[in-house]
Amino acid sequence: MADNNKNPHYNFAFLDEGSKREIRRSILKAVAIPGYQVPFGSRELPIGRGWGTGGLQITLSIIGKADVLKVIDQGSDDSVNAVSIRKLAVATTGIETTAYTNEATVIQSRHRIPEEKLRNDQIMVLQVPNPEPLRYVTPKEAVSRKLHAEAEYSGIWLRLYEGIVKYGHTVTGADHPVSVSGRYVMNPSPIPRFDNPKLHNSDCLYLFGAGREKKIYAVPPHTDVVSLAYDDYPFSIENVKGRVCKLCGATGVFFDEIFDSDTNEHFFQCSDSGFCEKRRREVN
Amino acid sequence: MAYVAVTGGQKAIEESIKLLKYYRTDGDNDLEIEAIKDKMKLLVDRVISEAGLYAPTYAALALKQCEGSLEEAVFILRAYRSTLTRNHYSKTLNSVKMRIVRRISAAFKEIPGGQVLGPTYDYVHRLLDFGILDEGKKENKKWRSDYEKYQEGHEVYTFQKVSDILKDEGLLEEVEEDSSDAFDITLNKLPLPAPRSARLQTMTRADTGYVSGLAYSSLRGFGSVHPTVGELRTGWLEVEVPYVLEEGQDIYVGEILVTEVESFVSASRKTKKEHDEIKVGIGYGCVFGRNETKAISISILDRALRTQGDAPVNDEEFVLLHGDCLEMNGFLSHLKLPHYVTFQSRLDQLRKKKEGL
Repeated sequence: MADNNKNPHYNFAFLDEGSKREIRRSILKAVAIPGYQVPFGSRELPIGRGWGTGGLQITLSIIGKADVLKVIDQGSDDSVNAVSIRKLAVATTGIETTAYTNEATVIQSRHRIPEEKLRNDQIMVLQVPNPEPLRYVTPKEAVSRKLHAEAEYSGIWLRLYEGIVKYGHTVTGADHPVSVSGRYVMNPSPIPRFDNPKLHNSDCLYLFGAGREKKIYAVPPHTDVVSLAYDDYPFSIENVKGRVCKLCGATGVFFDEIFDSDTNEHFFQCSDSGFCEKRRREVN
Repeated sequence: MAYVAVTGGQKAIEESIKLLKYYRTDGDNDLEIEAIKDKMKLLVDRVISEAGLYAPTYAALALKQCEGSLEEAVFILRAYRSTLTRNHYSKTLNSVKMRIVRRISAAFKEIPGGQVLGPTYDYVHRLLDFGILDEGKKENKKWRSDYEKYQEGHEVYTFQKVSDILKDEGLLEEVEEDSSDAFDITLNKLPLPAPRSARLQTMTRADTGYVSGLAYSSLRGFGSVHPTVGELRTGWLEVEVPYVLEEGQDIYVGEILVTEVESFVSASRKTKKEHDEIKVGIGYGCVFGRNETKAISISILDRALRTQGDAPVNDEEFVLLHGDCLEMNGFLSHLKLPHYVTFQSRLDQLRKKKEGL
């Protein structure tokens, strides 16, 4: 058992050292080939497979004692799954955690990228349910791998086109596909389109982990990331105009839409709870 | 010191975990781990099989920990397995050396060595036995000691394979010897197409209900494999690992109870002559513990996956990627997680449509 001040029955960061090393090797390969899905021997973790085990395996493999971890789900540090993942990471590492983006060295997230600009000494780990942008084109892995190899993405373009023809505008919600470094088309994980531009030419390293599907991929700092769109139907983010956070007054951020059953009120608040809280603390 | 907000979510989770313990510890009678291991053998067998970890005592502990939920117990054991370092690969086990508990063939009335029925529910009537309601510890103990006396001196069985009869007669499909190392699905992502060793490993860890349902679909008509059970054997196999310091030396590390099935199907082969040749082909299945339906199902799917066709059971990706207990239950249950960001993104598109933007 390696040094672990919290739980004597388990190794530091839960996984055995050999597994962590193997996962780090897959991460290095992913960084070397931006947007390419690196298959890896995904390990089972004590949280649900499909609940963020890909992201968590990355986090547990890269984390050291000096790191400060932030875990969010849907933008919130307090969401049930974020709490559960953070608890496991702390129980098996004893590291410090934070809700503030600027204090974190590693940020694990499901469905959101924080509002604050990430720095080059921070790593953003995203949990991925469906890593394969071609899965809608073919259910078969053997086929989609070949299509990637040949950069044959017409099926994805066709899907965007069909949406426009049928509904008059693009219909993708979250997880809008992106082209990375002009080569691989990649699912950015189900982040809102609002967050897609944050992947482009960023200062931080983005790592994506799909535990159930056993894939790791990456967007290294300062990489071109272009959301797929036609020239005459340009890519657009969700409409946030005219919306104001009820709690901190922020505008131009991604919002949660809240219906208060007591007052029958309908309002908006920051999806990024750490960001919102920080603003409120600064005001006070 | 970094700041972490303790808010409603965390407290609610802690309360939920407390309530769970209240449910788990319900009732006045306690359930000992040993009792689960000894008296719920077939349940323990399913857990170790689907977890891919031969650890009956830990399986019993896992079952106690989760109110007997099969999927949860498998989950706990698999997660525990991730913390263990892989130090050795065992030597190849030869099932001819199996210390037999049960061994039958449906293909022949008489087989060399005879049919050994062993312990099975196949021949009992499934009548609810009200006698068990008030059976006594003492009475059972006496019955067991009498039975053990009566069994004393019985020989230990090991048998040749039933398929050897066909092999000797030249009726068995010829297969090329494959002595390549087995692919390890626990350390690598399943490659597609998958080598047979990876397929068999994937299926032996798969959910019993899933493989049984798929095999049943093949029997009913979605697929063409309808085999004869050439041999089904359950028994103990000795596990040895190579001794690193001296080549050729092996170390005995223990024994495992497994169920192994060889199914016979007809296998045709193109020849240079006018007609194709027909021989007996084998479908193979092997699982931890006593789980005969699963072993038979795997043997059917093993064969179906090597058969061309349009049935679900002929599709490797369909069969191999949807039966893992953790993966299926994990992804299905993740639907209970909040999805309000993605749903908000979807709503945005719907509103756009409504507003005619």
